[in-house]
Amino acid sequence: MKNRLKVLRAERDWTQAQLANALQVSRQTINAIEKGKFDPSLPLAFKAARLFGLSIEDIFEDEAGEANV
Amino acid sequence: MTEWQQNTRRLTVRLGIWTGIWLFSTALATFGPLLVWQSQLLSIVAVVLNVAVGLGMILANKDQLKSLDELQQKIQLESMGLTLGAGLVLGIAFSILDTSDVIPFDAEIPYLVMMMSLIYLTSLIINTRRYQ
Repeated sequence: MKNRLKVLRAERDWTQAQLANALQVSRQTINAIEKGKFDPSLPLAFKAARLFGLSIEDIFEDEAGEANV
Repeated sequence: MTEWQQNTRRLTVRLGIWTGIWLFSTALATFGPLLVWQSQLLSIVAVVLNVAVGLGMILANKDQLKSLDELQQKIQLESMGLTLGAGLVLGIAFSILDTSDVIPFDAEIPYLVMMMSLIYLTSLIINTRRYQ
C-alpha cells in the first residue's frame, strides 16, 4: 500500500518522532509505514487521517485496487 | 517521553522484575533440595511458589505485549510463532535422537529452553531489521 505520510509530514515540518508521538506509536513504525514495509491497521489509519485533517484515501492508496481498475 | 512510551517502559521494567523473581524462585526450587533442605514439604512449597511467580510473569508479559504498538506486536508475534514451531519440531526431533540412541546424552528440557531462547532472539533481531 502506497502512502503520502512522508510528504504530509514534511509539509508540516514534523520529524518522524513527533508524528510517532502524536499517533502513539514508535518511530520505527512510522519509518516502516513511510517506506511501505508495513501497512497500518484501520484504527491507526483513521488516527493519521484525523491528525492531518484528511480522509484515509487522501493518505493511503490501495495499489491492488488501482491495478484492478 | 510521552505517556504511551512511559507506560511501555513501566510495563517492560515490571516484566523484567517478574522474570528476575521467577529465575530466583526456579533456582530456589532446583538447588534448595540439593543444598539447603531435605524436606519434601519445603520442596513442594518451593515448586508451588515457582509456579505462582511464573503465572505472575506470564501476566506481566501479556500486559507488556499489549502496551506495544501494532508493528512491535507483529514482530513479537512472528518471532514467538517461529520459536514455538521450531521448538516443537526440533524438540521432538531431539527427543527421537535420544530415544533411538543416536546422541550419547539425554535430551533434557534445558537444551530445549536454550535452543528456543536462541531462536527467539535471532528471529527478533531479524524481524526488527526487516521493518527498518
